[in-house]
Amino acid sequence: MSTLEIRDLHVSITSDDVEKEILRGVNLTIKSGQTHAIMGPNGSGKSTLAYAIAGHPKYHVTRGTITLDGADVLAMSVDERARAGLFLAMQYPVEVPGVTVSNFLRTAKTAIDGEAPKLRTWVKDIKGAMANLRMDPVFAERGVNEGFSGGEKKRHEILQLELLRPRFAVLDETDSGLDVDALRVVSEGVNRAQEADDTGILLITHYTRILRYIKPEFVHVMVDGVIVEEGGPELADRLENEGYDRFVTAEV
Amino acid sequence: MSLLAEKTQRPGLAPHTDSGATMVPDKSRAERTRSYDVADFPMPSGREEGWRFTPVDRLRALLRDEPSGTSLEWSESLPAGVRLGTMSVADWRASGAPAPGDRAAAIAASQSGGVAVIDIPEDAELSEPVRIALSGEAGDLVHGHLMLRAGRFSKATVVLTHTGRASYSEVLTIVVGDGADLTVVSVQEWDDTAIHLGQHDVIVGRDARVKHIAVTLGGGIVRLNTNASYTGPGGSFEGYGVYFADAGQHQEHRLFVDHAVPHCRSNVEYKGALQGHDARTVWVGDVLIRAAAEGTDTYELNRNLLLTDGARADSIPNLEIETGEIAGAGHASATGRFDDQQLFYLMARGIPEAEARRLVVRGFFAAVVSKIGVPEIIGHLMAAIDAELQGSAGGDAQ
Repeated sequence: MSTLEIRDLHVSITSDDVEKEILRGVNLTIKSGQTHAIMGPNGSGKSTLAYAIAGHPKYHVTRGTITLDGADVLAMSVDERARAGLFLAMQYPVEVPGVTVSNFLRTAKTAIDGEAPKLRTWVKDIKGAMANLRMDPVFAERGVNEGFSGGEKKRHEILQLELLRPRFAVLDETDSGLDVDALRVVSEGVNRAQEADDTGILLITHYTRILRYIKPEFVHVMVDGVIVEEGGPELADRLENEGYDRFVTAEV
Repeated sequence: MSLLAEKTQRPGLAPHTDSGATMVPDKSRAERTRSYDVADFPMPSGREEGWRFTPVDRLRALLRDEPSGTSLEWSESLPAGVRLGTMSVADWRASGAPAPGDRAAAIAASQSGGVAVIDIPEDAELSEPVRIALSGEAGDLVHGHLMLRAGRFSKATVVLTHTGRASYSEVLTIVVGDGADLTVVSVQEWDDTAIHLGQHDVIVGRDARVKHIAVTLGGGIVRLNTNASYTGPGGSFEGYGVYFADAGQHQEHRLFVDHAVPHCRSNVEYKGALQGHDARTVWVGDVLIRAAAEGTDTYELNRNLLLTDGARADSIPNLEIETGEIAGAGHASATGRFDDQQLFYLMARGIPEAEARRLVVRGFFAAVVSKIGVPEIIGHLMAAIDAELQGSAGGDAQ
C-alpha cells in the first residue's frame, strides 16, 4: 500500500516576467488502488497540479509538500519521480522525431526497472498491450508521437502506463479530443493497469463523460487553484447536470 | 523581365541583401566565375557572395598562389581491380574536368603538381569500399588534387577520411560513367586546429546514380563546395551531409546542383547540430534548373539543431528555375533550438537527462543517417555524435 500526499501546495508560473500563482493551497491524499477525479472549469489549475507532480520546470512550487510514502517528491528530478513510481499521461504528448516508439519504450522500461527487460517477454508484452489498445503494430517503428492523430497519441500514453506500471498515474485530460470508441478503449486500458498493479489514479478532466468508463471513488472540484468541494461519485453526477456555474458564479 | 533586371542593378532600389552593402549579387548562379586560372579570382575580401560567411582572414595561407611542396600522408585500401595512378594537371584540364569555382580551388589545382587518380573499372561491382585515409601534420600547407573515375555500370563505395592538423585545400573531380552506381563519403575528423577547403565536382553520367556524403565533425574551419552536373538523362545525384560543430568550429557546406540535362533527379539533405560558444555552421544549397532540363525532379533540405546558446547556423536554399516543364522542385530549411518539451517528455518516463538528450539528437539525425547506407560509416558516426554529446556534458560541469 502506497500513499501520494499533497499538502498545502502553492504553484506559480512566470509569464512575461510576471509571477502568477495558479495553485493556492491544494490538499489531496491518494492511496494505492484508489481513483480520484479532479474536475473543474478551464483555467482552474488542474493541469498545473499534474505538471507540478511530474516536476515540469515551468511550474514553481512556492509552498507545501508532495510526498510518496513519505519521500520528498519535490526534491526529485523529473526522471527520479518517474523511477519512484509516478506517471503523467499528458494532455499534449510531445513529438520526438526519429526516436522509434519501440526504442523509446525499451529505454524507458530499462530506466524504470533498473535493468533491460527480457527480450522475449518484452516483445510479447508490447504486442499484447498494443493489441488491447487497438494500435496497429506498425506504430512501434514510427517516431514517438510523430504524425500521430490526437487519439493515437492518447493510446500511446496509456500504452506507456500499461508497460511502465507506475504506482500512481496522473491522467491529464486523457479524454479530451477522443471519440466514444477511443474513449472506451483508453478507459479500458486505465482500468486494466489499475487492476494489474493496484495503481492509484488521479484523473483530471473537464467533462464527466470519461467517468462512465472509469469510476472514481472520490471527486474533487477545483476552482481558481483550490479544491472547493469534495465528495463521492454522486458529486460527478451533480456536475453532469448542473455544470460548473454554481462554483464560478459563487466566486464573482 | 529586362526592366526588373535593370532596376535591381540600381543602388537604392536593390532588394535587401543582408549586411554585404557593397556586394553585387549574381543574377544567376550560372554566372559565378569558373576558371583554371588563379588570376581570374582576386583575393577575396569576405564581402563576396561566395565568401561572405567564411572567416577569410584565417585562410590567407591557402589563398596565396605559391607552391607548398608538402602532401598529406596517404594510406589506401584498394579492392582488386581498383587502380591508383597519377595524371598531370594539364591532362586533367584537357579531360574536361569542371574548372575551379573560387581562388582556393584554383590555387590547389594549379599548385598541386599532379593529380592522384583512382579508377574503378567498368562493370566492376566492389563488395568492399575503396578506403583512402589522409592525414596531416601541424604546420603542413597542402594542395590536394584527386580524381575519381567510376567506369560504366560499376558499383562502388569510396570512403575518404581526413584527420590530423594540416591546412589543406583540395580539388576532387568525380566522374561517374553511364549506368554506374557510386557512393562517395568524405569524412572530416580533423583536429580542431586544421583548415580544410574543398571543391568536389560530381559529374553524373547517363542513368548513373551517385550518392555524395559529407560527414564533418572536426577541424577549425571546414568549407566544402560540392557541385553536381549531368552528362545524360536519367542521372541521379543524392547529396547527404551530417555535421556537428563545437565551440569555435566553422563548418560550411555549399552545394550547387546544375540541371542542364532533361529527366535527372537530385536530392540534397544536410543536418547539423551545434553546441558551444561561437560554434558556426553555414549551409548553402543552390539548385539551377536550366531551360533544357525538362522533367527535372529536385529537392533540398537543411535542418540545424542548436544545442546551446552562442552558436549560429546560417541556412540558405536557392532555387532557380528556367523551365516550367519539371517533375518537381522544392526546398526546406529550418533551424531550431533543442526542445525542452521533448526532454521533459522523455525524463517523465524515467529516462535520465543525458540519455534523453542523446535520444533526441540521435533522433534528429536518424532520417539522414539511414540514407547513408554504408554501415561502417553509420556506426562510426553515431558513436562520434554520442562522444560529442558526452564532451558537452563534461563542459557544462566546469
